[in-house]
Amino acid sequence: MQDSHTTAAHHPAFQHHFETMEQQRQASTLGMWLFLITEILFFGGMFTVYLVYRNWYFASFAAGSLTLDVTLGTFNTVVLIGSSLTMALAVHGAETGKRGMLVGFLILTILLGATFLGVKAVEYTHKFEEHHVPGPSFRFGSEELRHFHEEATMLRSTQIHGVELGEVQLFFSLYFAMTGMHALHMIIGIGVLSVLVWKARHGRYSPEYFAPVEYAGLYWHFVDIVWIFLFPLLYLITRHVGVHP
Amino acid sequence: MSTAVTTAESIHRRRHYLNADYGIRSWLLTTDHKRIALLYLFSITFFFALGGLFAVLIRLELLTPAGDMMTSDTYNKVFTMHGIMMVFFFLIPSVPATLGNFLIPMMIGARDLAFPKLNLASWYLFMVGGMFAMYSVVTGGIDTGWTFYTPFSTTYSNTKVIPAALGILIAGFSSIFTGLNFIVTVHRMRAPGLTWFRLPLFVWANYAASLIMVLGTPVLAITIVLVFLERAFHIGIFDPRLGGDPILFQHLFWFYSHPAVYIMILPSMGVMSELISAFSRKRIFGYTFVAFSSVAIAVFGFLVWGHHMFVSGQSVYAAMVFSILSYLVAIPSAVKVFNWTATLYKGSVSYQTPMLYAFGFLGLFTIGGLTGLFLAALGVDVHVTDTYFVVAHFHYIMVGGVIMGYLGGLHFWWPKITGRLYPEGWAKLSALVIFLGFNLTFFPQFVLGYLGMPRRYHAYPEEFQVLNVMSSAGASILAVGYLLPLFYLLWSMRYGPEAGPNPFDARGLEWQMASPPPTHNFEQVPIVSEEAYAYHTAQEVPVAG
Ligand code: HEM
Ligand SMILES: [Cu+2]
Repeated sequence: MQDSHTTAAHHPAFQHHFETMEQQRQASTLGMWLFLITEILFFGGMFTVYLVYRNWYFASFAAGSLTLDVTLGTFNTVVLIGSSLTMALAVHGAETGKRGMLVGFLILTILLGATFLGVKAVEYTHKFEEHHVPGPSFRFGSEELRHFHEEATMLRSTQIHGVELGEVQLFFSLYFAMTGMHALHMIIGIGVLSVLVWKARHGRYSPEYFAPVEYAGLYWHFVDIVWIFLFPLLYLITRHVGVHP
Repeated sequence: MSTAVTTAESIHRRRHYLNADYGIRSWLLTTDHKRIALLYLFSITFFFALGGLFAVLIRLELLTPAGDMMTSDTYNKVFTMHGIMMVFFFLIPSVPATLGNFLIPMMIGARDLAFPKLNLASWYLFMVGGMFAMYSVVTGGIDTGWTFYTPFSTTYSNTKVIPAALGILIAGFSSIFTGLNFIVTVHRMRAPGLTWFRLPLFVWANYAASLIMVLGTPVLAITIVLVFLERAFHIGIFDPRLGGDPILFQHLFWFYSHPAVYIMILPSMGVMSELISAFSRKRIFGYTFVAFSSVAIAVFGFLVWGHHMFVSGQSVYAAMVFSILSYLVAIPSAVKVFNWTATLYKGSVSYQTPMLYAFGFLGLFTIGGLTGLFLAALGVDVHVTDTYFVVAHFHYIMVGGVIMGYLGGLHFWWPKITGRLYPEGWAKLSALVIFLGFNLTFFPQFVLGYLGMPRRYHAYPEEFQVLNVMSSAGASILAVGYLLPLFYLLWSMRYGPEAGPNPFDARGLEWQMASPPPTHNFEQVPIVSEEAYAYHTAQEVPVAG
């Protein structure tokens, strides 16, 4: 059966139910993009829920949002964008057959990802200490409300009324669900990248065959893009409170 | 084309996918799409039997008006498990995971699906999901109904919601990966010359169903994750006490679950096209229309979820829009039925078993579809919502449609799968018994529903008894009808006469190879030079090839 295949087909990564290496590459690329589409829909469900509730419970969501630490969020955004860059450089390394570059930038990407998760853990701890984790011990006291009112007055907002405990809790439920799901994706990504590092060091990739690196890169960029939406929606958008009184 | 086979060679002496390897390991670690199809066939049959067992309990309880056999709590668990098993572990995977898996690569001239390991992984996910669902049964059951409506499922039910929900989540990933695999395979692995409009309609139908699996299932997945989080960690997303909105759950749920109905029915429609053309020896009338109607159904299917929520408190305007859109979705389905009928017209129709199932499909699907139009009408729906009218409707469509397609297809391709013929007489009998039993079971339910008997109750007023007894009697006939194929098909695997490559003299690449096919399907990838269904009957000019 093999002899009917073309010569390029003798690459060790070639799977024999394909006709050519090219066909195999096209199939896996399409598969990866389809997978990313399912991921978009997966997060899309949560974004829908968030947008609906934010629309209904504007004041409560604004109050909840103002307790998030924009500095840490911004820092993390920068970290993630940086990791996208290092990931792209890693793919470039694979493409041009520079093994050292590939391994180095993969490790750098992993480190940046870990930094992001570390900062996220710090933020979660704060939320935990402030009793902003939804559940029986959830609290959102006068302290936070005063802060919210000050901010809102400063920004000359008219929408400072109607903060409800349950609705604020809803905000935090979504905050944890969405950032948690995002963090889970990062953890999986770090796992995948670690495998790639190991394989790359054993010389598994070459300019003829580096598809797994490419797809891991696509995945990593996708996860970053999700954050690019999460950050403004959760942290920033309320800073505009009052701009349209 | 290339792989001509000598019929004389006995299936014992020839190497094929069934005897290529022996032992349990060779099956559990296989990446051959045909063996994986058989793994699905066995597991799906098992889940169907389990769901059927719950159906028997339902019908026994409803034999008498009093709730005398089980408590209402137990009854809630029984119909929930019936629904979950049947919908998520039988109806959704049935045709695509078994027949689709087996046939799609062969029909398009490929050696396997694009991602054979992912295909095996899908089966394992499916089984793990099934285990979770069964775990919830043996540890006390779940009583939310297969729809998991919140806030009951997240807050008030004290049954095993979490394992059941996780089971469905996991099985959902299996369905996503199957769909992804099919789409990539159809796009990238068609044999040379096999253009899109030469594809068998079965492939088109599964392609469209795969689109829904890939685009819809993730939304169900996240919805279930949110239910899980809410129940496990008491965070509120759908809980009205915390400002959440249960209606939002229903939107998300039906955004998947309405299209899911088409995941179930589209592949069966694909089977219909194959059967009807093969047994009337004609190309399907209006091939392109039938092909595109599959895609149209998939697309429209995403726009009509709100017709499940007419009485849930969504706005009147939303309800009106959903009502109108629901009528639109009937059009592509009708296109198919009309084109099949037109194909039969002046065809040389032969009444073999698969064709009997095809006729059964046409009858049941038409009744189911027409009553769907009643339900899509706002006013009527308000009257019959949550009555047995709805139960009858979705059983006609989903169960009638899918089982007729599934069994019809299974009979048609059985000689290909096993290399053996089944006893025709018994097979015809089973088709007949199933059709009669089905109508006797579910037709009275239309009447019951119209008269106002609500669904999901274990007791009912005296005056409904006659119709309920009819329905229960029909259910026992139906059960016999389902058991028959189990016996004679198993029998035929050992004792059936050898079938040869193409016992029905049908067209399509899968019939050009030996039965059972060799592990890699094709020695040499075939080059296709003719239209699908090139049956040369008197009315048709042979296509040059
Ligand atoms: C012997 C055959 C069957 C009988 C007697 C039967 C009976 C019933 C009854 C009485 C209900 C309504 C329960 C209620 O709402 O109170 C029901 C629900 C349902 N059945 Fe069947 N059924 C049969 C076969 C099937 C099959 C083969 C499938 C799928 C392949 C199926 C799928 C469903 C679904 C999805 C529901 C909805 C459950 C719910 O809404 O909670 N049924 N069935
Ligand atoms: Cu629907």
